[in-house]
Amino acid sequence: MMSAVRGLTRRLPILIPFFWLLVFFLTPFFIVLQISFAEFQYGQPPYVPNFRKVEGVGDFFNQLQMMTLYSYEILLSDNLYWKAFLSSLRIAAVATFFALLIGYPLAYAMSRAPRSWQPILLMAVILPFWTSYLIRIYAWKAILQKNGFLNNVLMELSVITEPLTLLSTPFAVYLGIIYTYLPFMVLPVYSSLEKIDPSYNEAARDLGASGLTAFWRVTVPLSLPGVIAGCFLVFIPAMGEWVIPDLLGGSGTLMIGKQLATELFNNNDWPVAAAVAVCMIMVLIVPIVIFQRAQESDQRRRQEEG
Amino acid sequence: MKKFALVAVSALATVAVSTAHAQEVRVYNWSDYIDESLLEKFTEETGIKITYDLFDSNEVLEAKLLAGGSGYDVVVPSASFLARQIQAGVFQQLDQSQLPNNVHLWDTIKKATASSDPGNAYSVNYMWGTTGIGVNVDMVAERLGDDYGSSWDLVFDVDKISKLADCGVHILDAPTEVIPAAMNYLGLDPTSQEPDDIAAGGELLESIRPYVTKFHSSEYIDALANGEICLALGWSGDVFIALYEADDADNGVTIEYVVPDEGALMWFDQMAVPSDAENVAEAHAFINFMMDPQNIADATNYVYYANGNLTSQPLLEEDVIGDPAIYPPEETQESLYVLAPYPPRIQRVVTRTWTRVVTGS
Repeated sequence: MMSAVRGLTRRLPILIPFFWLLVFFLTPFFIVLQISFAEFQYGQPPYVPNFRKVEGVGDFFNQLQMMTLYSYEILLSDNLYWKAFLSSLRIAAVATFFALLIGYPLAYAMSRAPRSWQPILLMAVILPFWTSYLIRIYAWKAILQKNGFLNNVLMELSVITEPLTLLSTPFAVYLGIIYTYLPFMVLPVYSSLEKIDPSYNEAARDLGASGLTAFWRVTVPLSLPGVIAGCFLVFIPAMGEWVIPDLLGGSGTLMIGKQLATELFNNNDWPVAAAVAVCMIMVLIVPIVIFQRAQESDQRRRQEEG
Repeated sequence: MKKFALVAVSALATVAVSTAHAQEVRVYNWSDYIDESLLEKFTEETGIKITYDLFDSNEVLEAKLLAGGSGYDVVVPSASFLARQIQAGVFQQLDQSQLPNNVHLWDTIKKATASSDPGNAYSVNYMWGTTGIGVNVDMVAERLGDDYGSSWDLVFDVDKISKLADCGVHILDAPTEVIPAAMNYLGLDPTSQEPDDIAAGGELLESIRPYVTKFHSSEYIDALANGEICLALGWSGDVFIALYEADDADNGVTIEYVVPDEGALMWFDQMAVPSDAENVAEAHAFINFMMDPQNIADATNYVYYANGNLTSQPLLEEDVIGDPAIYPPEETQESLYVLAPYPPRIQRVVTRTWTRVVTGS
């Protein structure tokens, strides 16, 4: 009896995250999955509800038969969805690369700053979140537009004579995504850089490594978990981004998140929208989970060897 | 600490109770579509608190309505969308006894909206207008000559629109209005629901896409007014708002609204009450308030859209009621067309065609 209780209390810390996953990821996911197999109807709700309480085995098979793959057929029959997916993939990858390029030096500088400064610097990174993200994107609109802040400053400084078209371009979309998600890169990278014992670096230098070599062979590998976490935190939301391309991008910006919104808003077709979401999860999240597992077992093996 | 929490909870409870008793109404209407001082007047007269939110596309409104639980008590879809939403059971019938101002309505408009809402049982016209062309007079004359005309050529003739690309062109992001306009230009029936006709309209739009700066349904007002663009395929009243904005700013920008010779879409925006509205009586009070001749005249004088209220006409400003682009004379009205709702299968064709137009894929 006592051991059972002890077993439970020991497992509790593991159960909480599993409970979290169940309530906030798996349940909504299964609802979306179920809608993706439903038949479309113009009405309220915009699909034929296909999950009632199951009454007996026959009823279960009956309900199974009501499911349709029609939404997935639509996705496969039109290469628009693939194009939008690949375009999102490219935009997210480029944005992640630049976020890393800007975020890593930033996090490095923060971790090297005097201890007493670090909370202030950390605060500075988090501070933009105190304003709604929608308002900050609107602010970028005001900065980038033809008679906006940036063009006016450049004209005033005589850098340019004609105002540049910055808004409604792919550039503006990249800028918006990098700007918005930069803190998600900086914070995990900083947290792993900050944990590195400075004596590792000193040891490398004592053994004759140049400053650059020590950084490249000691600091960077040790900060890799933070880099990977940061990349995922930027890449995944950027992939499904809808608001930023909608507000800053031109009409031609093709992104899967925008396509999903079109299915919902223009066609009112929830089943197809749900199918897009399911495919995104399958094509994106599953490889990421596999990758992360490989990473973990790799680390464990190294620890065992070491 | 605990005591504090208790105080906080009871404070919240009081707030909840008091809001349940205070009368309120939640209205969801198009952007730039009312003189906001009317909202204050409504609260002063009736004591009903008003929450007034904005949208700029029928599609967004429809998505909210079909999802259910929109939380709004009065919404304003266009008649062609309203028709299919009524069939989907989204709206409730209006209680005419709570709308004494309905005696002021204009029969001509009531007859026109009855094709979407038989007997006008579910809706009351808020305003109506046309979908035409907004022109920056000087910029377009500079590129096409002084007699640039009043034809759809301005938008759909590659020769002409390509000369306007450098000064900026906006087109409504409203597939169900722009594709029929293209079909109409091609000599096809704009109300046709044949996929081939829709595809033909789409191809014409694709051919002019390289010269379009942006597809958007509200930014063109300011863009026209401050000279950032020189042409917009847009809604009549919005172009007039830009016209008067530029006038007030005295920035040297002159705007003109053109109802194209080949004909244009005539649309009706209808006030309706969702079936799951929480404040039904207040919703009727708001609709009745907007049917008051003086109130709707003030709104029309402010946003330059014609309304469906006959008694309000003597109260309109001369340059509003007298402008054939706002209140088209009967001979112009004959060239205007009205759209019927698309069934879902055709809606998908229209949306897909539109995606091809705006993204090129």
